[in-house]
Amino acid sequence: MNSKEGYLLELHNISKDFYGNRVLHNINLFVKPGEIVGLVGENGAGKSTLMNILFGSPIIRDTGGFEGKVIFNGKEVNFFSPFDALNAGIGMVHQEFLLIPRFTVTENVMLNREPMKYSVISEIFGTKINLINRNQMKQKTIEALKILEVELDPEITINKIPVGYKQYTEIAREINREYTKLLVLDEPTAVLTESEASIVIKALKKLAKKGISVIFISHRLEEIFDVCDKIVVLRNGAVQKELIPSRTSASEVAEYMIGYEIKNNESESRGIRKLNEIILEVNDLWVNMPAEQVKGVSFEVKRGEIFGIGGLAGQGKLGIANGIMGLFPSEGKVKFKGKTFYLNNTQNALKLGIAFVSEDRRGIGLLLDETVFLNICFTAMKVKNEFTKPFLGISWINIRDDKTMREISKEYIEALHINCVSEIQKARELSGGNQQKLCLAKAFILKPELMFVSEPTRGIDVGAKRLVLDVLRRFNIQYGTTIIITSSELEELKMVSDRIAILSEGKIAGILPFTAKSRDFGLLMLGQNIQKESIKSIK
Amino acid sequence: MKLEIKKIIENFSLPRIIVFLFLLFLLILTPFSGLRFDSTINDIIVRFGMNGVLVLSLIPMVKSGCGLNFGLQLSIIPGLLGAIISIEMGLRNFIGFFAAIGIAIFFAVISGYLYGLLLNKVKGNEMVVATYVGFSIVSFMCIMWLLLPFKSTDMIWPYGGTGLRPTISNKGYWFNILTDFLKINIGEYLVIPTGNILFFALLALLLWGFFRTKLGTSIAITGINADYARSCGINIDNMRIISVIVSTIIGAIGIIVYQESFGFIQLYLGPLYMSFPAIAAILIGGATVDKASISNVIIGVLLFQGISAAAPSVVNNLLKHDIAEPLRIVITNGMIVYALTRVVRSR
Repeated sequence: MNSKEGYLLELHNISKDFYGNRVLHNINLFVKPGEIVGLVGENGAGKSTLMNILFGSPIIRDTGGFEGKVIFNGKEVNFFSPFDALNAGIGMVHQEFLLIPRFTVTENVMLNREPMKYSVISEIFGTKINLINRNQMKQKTIEALKILEVELDPEITINKIPVGYKQYTEIAREINREYTKLLVLDEPTAVLTESEASIVIKALKKLAKKGISVIFISHRLEEIFDVCDKIVVLRNGAVQKELIPSRTSASEVAEYMIGYEIKNNESESRGIRKLNEIILEVNDLWVNMPAEQVKGVSFEVKRGEIFGIGGLAGQGKLGIANGIMGLFPSEGKVKFKGKTFYLNNTQNALKLGIAFVSEDRRGIGLLLDETVFLNICFTAMKVKNEFTKPFLGISWINIRDDKTMREISKEYIEALHINCVSEIQKARELSGGNQQKLCLAKAFILKPELMFVSEPTRGIDVGAKRLVLDVLRRFNIQYGTTIIITSSELEELKMVSDRIAILSEGKIAGILPFTAKSRDFGLLMLGQNIQKESIKSIK
Repeated sequence: MKLEIKKIIENFSLPRIIVFLFLLFLLILTPFSGLRFDSTINDIIVRFGMNGVLVLSLIPMVKSGCGLNFGLQLSIIPGLLGAIISIEMGLRNFIGFFAAIGIAIFFAVISGYLYGLLLNKVKGNEMVVATYVGFSIVSFMCIMWLLLPFKSTDMIWPYGGTGLRPTISNKGYWFNILTDFLKINIGEYLVIPTGNILFFALLALLLWGFFRTKLGTSIAITGINADYARSCGINIDNMRIISVIVSTIIGAIGIIVYQESFGFIQLYLGPLYMSFPAIAAILIGGATVDKASISNVIIGVLLFQGISAAAPSVVNNLLKHDIAEPLRIVITNGMIVYALTRVVRSR
């Protein structure tokens, strides 16, 4: 075989598919002892799947295993469970903390590996009830913390320390194993401040000097450049490029990550529209949406525009629509059609003519066990008092007019090509793409002036994607509906939007026209500043 | 064919079939135990008219996602207040009956509003909290029944003093006022209480209509998917409070109808366990913790009251042992336990 000497970890031709959907293609990755390898890529590029394979995660086995070879420490391995990986010497630090809140730092670091003390009772009942040697435990923890160079009381309980220190505890736990040879860190600095992150970075460098190899996953490009010996860029499940930090630049990394210019005839033939009237003005908006926090964004949207919001997962792009619609607590100054718009009031937003298509289609978007027609019409009935008729001829009691609802629904079913048996079918029975169109119908029937559409193509197939995007463009042109579309897929945003804002760490990193280079969008996603000139030229 | 049977069983749910077969078995046994078949049927119909409205009152809260109303006592108390105030005022016949309902509604709105506020604070644990609130309010009212300044000699202790009697007769006021309205005599032992049934039908129709209004639909959608409701601009807390008030009002009317048919107003510990039979009835009818319909109420009350009416006489006559009451308790509580275990599974 082409197994090369001197590598700690070798991944040969790793491929993986989930139910026929290929997510990894022939990945080759080599890590030397003491080397720090940075792994970058968009969401869905295959980073987590690759790490799951390396770590023997049950998800991989349950979905049919993988193709290719993993050679660790000179031997071919196929870990049956994460425990095997741990025993072989692979440590993992997760993005979410896996710590026990009410245990002390020492107890967490040494969990299940506590040094034992002999006692008489063990003679009778076996080693399971050996006493724990607390002094030795503490000593070992202090040693591990010393490597990281952090001042942390080993006796303090986890729930009392700030996030940064929790991350140190996680790393201390992994390096405390005597035989750890490879450490995988999945966005270890995502929740840390810069100064906290720099301590982690320093610790990683020290570990590397001791001969421990590190695979470092991060969206913060500065860190990658600072600490890594080698950068591996993944895109669409394949290794796009291996780069050496000293011989490359951030923009080159971004280019490989996002891909080359999308050759799209439509977006090329589409000119930049001249729109003047401002319909929505957002000033310093903060939204407290868990995992998608928005931390002070400001932007303006013109009437008739399709405004895209992009960015990596967890950077706050979904928070904007949810915040303005009042589904999560928010704060800031927003003006709609020149008038002050009051936040945290969903009813008010809907009454003013703002509609919302949620990213959580099955959870928030639809009543799965109700009929198609009620799904389409209910919001309109609630907000605009449509579809009601007098009850038993009494004019002041209005009840639901199912007949009209069904007739109107038929029109929308036809206009949006919703594939269903009839309007009284249950929403649950529709396919993902048709459910999405149902959500759109529900918003269109409100005849909104402004429409938020979040992740409209998530989890639906390519053909349906196209239809959904076409519908959005058609409504935008026909009725002049202003659309703010949030999506993880840059390609999709570039296809429909006039301008695209990219969010990074809860803030707007930049707003570019759809004609801008993909590379620039990539840089913005990674939180890099692009030249001021190019921003100016857009205005 | 086999599949069809299986489907029917699934649609009708196994416990409902068992209860139905048991009732059928009891009815078949009636003539053999020396009882008249028509008087048993009469019993069932009368009990249906008596309990139907009380069970109907559970629907709004189930629909809004507040679960089964284990705090039915909170609507029974306003009903009792309405009934005794109406008697205190000396109102008789239909005027007395509707005055009782009117006064009961007034108290029910207050009680329902406060109850709703409380339930909004304990989302997810409504049924447990409601059970204990129900028990507490009964005990609290035990004190009040002694202290409230009622004067009517029909209601206070016959030897004078203060405080109300545990059991107050409404005979001479509005006893059987509905039952006798347009009643149909089919035989000596079988009388159809048309008024009761019409009254139930009227309330059921109003409730059906209510859930087809904009407000009612909003309440139902709150129960189906609270997140969806929020995204439509529905104020979930308000919807829940309104549903609790509606439930409380119907419950208060329900207990007055019950007394009207029964002939007595039971104070003190009388209301203590009234929520369990009502809940068991709607569950036998096929309702679950988050779904209930008027047909569930009708089927459930017929089955449950059918057993309550037929079991004591039939079983006692056959076995010469008083096992009817334990049997009823087993069915009541067994049904509730069954329904609650199903909730856990579906979550």
